[in-house]
Amino acid sequence: MRAISSFPDPEQPATGRIPPEVEVGLYRNMLRVRNAEETLAALYREKEMRTPTHFGVGQEGVAVGVCEALLPGDVVYTHHRCHTHYLAKGGSLLGLVAELYGREDGCSRGRGGSVHLTDRSVGLMGSSPILGQGVALAVGSALAFKMDGASTVAVSFFGEGTCDEGVVYESFNYASVNKLPVLLVCENNFYATESPLETRQPSGTRLCDRARAFQISAEKVDGNDVAAVYEAAQRALARIRAGEGPQFLECETYRWLEHVGPMFDHELARTYRTREEVEAWMQRCPVKRAGHRLLARGLATQAGLDEWRREVVDEMTAVVAQAKASPWPDPSTLFENVY
Amino acid sequence: MRNIKYSEALSEGLVQAMERDPGIFVTGIAVDYPSGIFGSTTEALRRFGPKRVFDAPAMENALTGIAIGAAAVGKRPVIVHPRNDFMFLAYDMMINLAAKWKYMYGGNAGSVPIVVRAVIGKGWGQGASHSQSLQSTLAHFPGLSVVMPAFPADAKGLTLAALTHGSPVVILEHRSLYDTTGPVPEEAVATPIGKAAVIREGTDITIVATSFMAYEALHAAQALADDGVSAEVVDVRSIRPLDEATILASVRKTGRLIVADTSWELCGFSSEVAALAAEKAFESLKAPVRRIALADCPAPVSHTLEKVFYPGATTIAKAALVMLGRRDSRLGEIDRADHFKGPY
Ligand SMILES: Cc1ncc(C[n+]2csc(CCOP(=O)(O)OP(=O)(O)O)c2C)c(N)n1
Ligand SMILES: [Mg+2]
Repeated sequence: MRAISSFPDPEQPATGRIPPEVEVGLYRNMLRVRNAEETLAALYREKEMRTPTHFGVGQEGVAVGVCEALLPGDVVYTHHRCHTHYLAKGGSLLGLVAELYGREDGCSRGRGGSVHLTDRSVGLMGSSPILGQGVALAVGSALAFKMDGASTVAVSFFGEGTCDEGVVYESFNYASVNKLPVLLVCENNFYATESPLETRQPSGTRLCDRARAFQISAEKVDGNDVAAVYEAAQRALARIRAGEGPQFLECETYRWLEHVGPMFDHELARTYRTREEVEAWMQRCPVKRAGHRLLARGLATQAGLDEWRREVVDEMTAVVAQAKASPWPDPSTLFENVY
Repeated sequence: MRNIKYSEALSEGLVQAMERDPGIFVTGIAVDYPSGIFGSTTEALRRFGPKRVFDAPAMENALTGIAIGAAAVGKRPVIVHPRNDFMFLAYDMMINLAAKWKYMYGGNAGSVPIVVRAVIGKGWGQGASHSQSLQSTLAHFPGLSVVMPAFPADAKGLTLAALTHGSPVVILEHRSLYDTTGPVPEEAVATPIGKAAVIREGTDITIVATSFMAYEALHAAQALADDGVSAEVVDVRSIRPLDEATILASVRKTGRLIVADTSWELCGFSSEVAALAAEKAFESLKAPVRRIALADCPAPVSHTLEKVFYPGATTIAKAALVMLGRRDSRLGEIDRADHFKGPY
């Protein structure tokens, strides 16, 4: 089993010393993101959301671990698999759901769809599905912050497949030579569409070493351990805010569903990865692991976890109803916002 | 002649070309997946193996330069982009280099006959950055041939022509066409690059159309016939070089011109053909030329907006009736139901 045999290989595991309220926050944020993604994936099968969608189920630990370590003014750019980052950063749930239903209450008023999300009110600048764009964009915002002497940080979330694009390295170099306040978060889920890592990168490649070649300090993290991600992000952010320039995090994680769409690969008889491999990674579920740690640390009871789950389910149920009741964009508004 | 799908025709053309020319190889994102670019590369992989059909990382810019470098020493690379939009990353190599190679070295550096295939997306909210149609931007540049097969026979024929051409060719394939069927010869019959086809003869009005819009135009012409209007449809097939003679002959015959394109109007293909008619067939025109193109905004996602964003057979037919002053027509919606739900 390709991906999992190399796992876990984090450079620094979680310390287990995260403050209780943060640990609880990490869990509840993940639970909310997971429930939203699973609900959306289930509803997607009804074929009422007409927008190609890349679900992030299984990858919540990266989004939540990093976003919980940010300050409110920090800004985030994300890629095609963006719901997790959008929600983890505090993006409006109604804005997401209504966007997928193509309605006016969508965060992009139904114009952008699943891959063009934005919520400027919480610093979620935008998701853009052309690979590599978000890396350059975050470096650009970091340039602006540095020009203004601000301590604000820009973050880019991107996949390991995106590390095959040249723009990534031009951006790394520029960020490094100018010591820009940017956090580069690579979600390594071992696949780009259906192409496994080994066919795209030389064996033994360490993405962190690529960043280090540009004198960007880099750390590899178990992306399915939200606490480890959180602590690594904190370390990286502290260095950035201390003026040390860009930092790179490689977070190993795994996408549970097909590349684009709501199905499991096995339901479609796809063979580029085995069902066993997917199931082994599902055993490493970031949400369950965080829940177990809360119980082990005595920070929650099973009844408490169940109650939190009911809360996110209730919220989502209400939001879905609200999104479906949201008005359709009026055709007379087709030309709004072109210029 | 048997009927086969557009995707099968693309595949057949590719396989026959690869049989003849061992220098042809195919690369790009997903070309070796079981889905094989909607089945168009699957047979080539089965037949010729991963040495000649292989996946590429997402690296459009360098990959195009790599293809040009391989072509410079004698290979015939085919690069496939699952969407037109990703090809923007390759524009430097395609336009600053491939298009000019032969000319700017005075013919002394040989040629770089790469073939670039790219898919035009449409529907299911594929949206602003996944449904553009780049023919006009590419055809602007001398040295690139740009073709848009609309029917299976030309999907095969233009693939064959591109793979023996002496300079770079871009083949733009519309996502909505892969499952359409039509007669295709079993032999390797090339469609000449630079030749349009009159796909339906008529006397009242000429509809010049590209790619999927040729398909829509044919449908519109059939509906118009029921209304007593005789429309001639010209499937332009090649954007560059452009077959001016076929277009002008048709315009001179009918005196009325609609140009229907899969992209926008401004500086676009529809404007080019309108200008051609104004310049060279002015005396034959009985009415102003009408351009039918995308609404002048990026592609929206929401269904209610997508519906008004894309012109279709109804748009074409109604425009024809207006041009002919046919206010008595009761022609209603003739657009075929859109069942597209992916895969993209
Ligand atoms: C420039 C460009 N090329 C190709 C694509 C098509 N594409 C969309 S997602 C994807 C795979 C990306 O893999 P990765 O960055 O690892 O992200 P993941 O999907 O695994 O989360 C590809 C090739 C694209 N969107 N943009
Ligand atoms: Mg990936």
